[in-house]
Amino acid sequence: MSLHPFVIELLQFALLLGLAPAFAGWVKVLKCRVQGRTAPGILQPYRDIRRLFGKDIVLAENASWLFRFTPYLTFGVTAIAAGIIPLISVDLPLSATADVIALVMLFGIVRFFTALAGMDIGTAFGGMGSSREMTIASLAEPAMLMAIFTVSLASNSTSLTQMVSVMAHSEFVIRPSLAFALAAFILIALAETGRIPVDNPATHLELTMIHEAMILEYSGRHLALIEWAGMMKLTLFFALGIAAFCPWGIATGGDTGLLLLAFVALSAKLVVGACVMVLIETGLAKLRIFRLPEFLGSAFLLATLGMIAFFILE
Amino acid sequence: MTHTIATQINSLLAALILLSAFALLAQRKIMGLVHIFAWQGLLLALSTAVIGYASGEHHLYISSLLTLGMKVILLPYILYKLVHKLKIHRDIEAVVNVPTTMLLGIILVVFSYHLTAPIRELSNLMTRSTLAVALATIMLGMLMMVTRRHAVTQILGFLAMENGLFFAATSATYGMPMVVELGVALDLLIAAFIFGIFFFHINTTFESLDVEQMAKLKETD
Repeated sequence: MSLHPFVIELLQFALLLGLAPAFAGWVKVLKCRVQGRTAPGILQPYRDIRRLFGKDIVLAENASWLFRFTPYLTFGVTAIAAGIIPLISVDLPLSATADVIALVMLFGIVRFFTALAGMDIGTAFGGMGSSREMTIASLAEPAMLMAIFTVSLASNSTSLTQMVSVMAHSEFVIRPSLAFALAAFILIALAETGRIPVDNPATHLELTMIHEAMILEYSGRHLALIEWAGMMKLTLFFALGIAAFCPWGIATGGDTGLLLLAFVALSAKLVVGACVMVLIETGLAKLRIFRLPEFLGSAFLLATLGMIAFFILE
Repeated sequence: MTHTIATQINSLLAALILLSAFALLAQRKIMGLVHIFAWQGLLLALSTAVIGYASGEHHLYISSLLTLGMKVILLPYILYKLVHKLKIHRDIEAVVNVPTTMLLGIILVVFSYHLTAPIRELSNLMTRSTLAVALATIMLGMLMMVTRRHAVTQILGFLAMENGLFFAATSATYGMPMVVELGVALDLLIAAFIFGIFFFHINTTFESLDVEQMAKLKETD
């Protein structure tokens, strides 16, 4: 049985919305196990989201429409990205509307509005968080584009579906450029999703938080949407990495059996990817914020070296 | 079949050598530098052996072994002993602006790519594309000598340059004649002893290995 492309598209949305909290929960469980703590259970993020949806919203008196609008925008735009990144199949009608550059821009929009909302209330923490987030973003985004462009060079396209189908069906050759790009991508993904060497997702300690500081004033369903979007972003970065660097097993059409196989492959890769990230996070200490330019600078260097290696060596 | 795989492995090793050259530029700790230098030597030895296997030039095995002995074991060991004797193994050098140096390094890599592009067109060896990497390694070693102020770091930059030269010889012509290679290896060994003696002298005269101190030697009027 073959599914219509639009059905696949909807399936991808449902998959991301439904699986993102489970994935975030899995990461948390793994992290607790590795660090010798008692794990809260893989379903805890679902319970957190339900609890937050049930709560009332507390708004500051001087909150503008921007503050109220941002959670919906964050959630909506992050969900759109799920229609562009091939999770289980490359046959996505929506992907023709946006390529990788547009994808980076989508994440940029989310960050822009979150930073504005952080400053909207006028608390010191919000402003501090926004300023830090934008500092990191200004360094991470060029590096991210360079890393993705290296893959684009290898596949002659900036369209994600095109990139994935070329990468999945080319014969195996050792490509130093892709190895560099992958290393750069891992560094950037850690920075963009606010994981340990850059930001600590589990802390509310005033002086070290970055992303948490921006959303500190949110409550109720607003917070639920932002948290959910954050989990989706984490999953999407993993999915993007998988799509760009090891897309083997992804379905080319709408055949149900192949889709099921692609889903199993994706889940397996996500599970393994989470293990890698947890090991990185546990092995490293959080960097001082003034060392971050060097961290992201090395990501940029690796991405550029990947691009140069493509021209020199391949 | 084996030929293409050997070319791919060699490309990967070349890329890693380039990465190690950048790592040398970024590293602050002296011991860290010595370790990266040893890794670079190991990659160089592996690459030489791979080229030797793929091209059928068996004398490259000997120079690979020579590289392994000299640059992975002997030179790092001498440096290690020196650094411990001079009690600078905990030193962290204040490097001037790592990101700028990195950007300069990238420019140098692009420059050497353009410089070697004509040779790449003329050559038909399997290693023709790694020549740009070799030249870039030489330039990055030079950049390291220019930007660092510590005497040991400058020597490491010099040794990295020599690594680049060796790599260039293997990529351009499948290695130098055996006599030349043995001569270079011997020279390097002698150089290691000489700079060891110099380190001690600089250290006893200025109580530091910072070459800025040598400005004191200038006659003032």
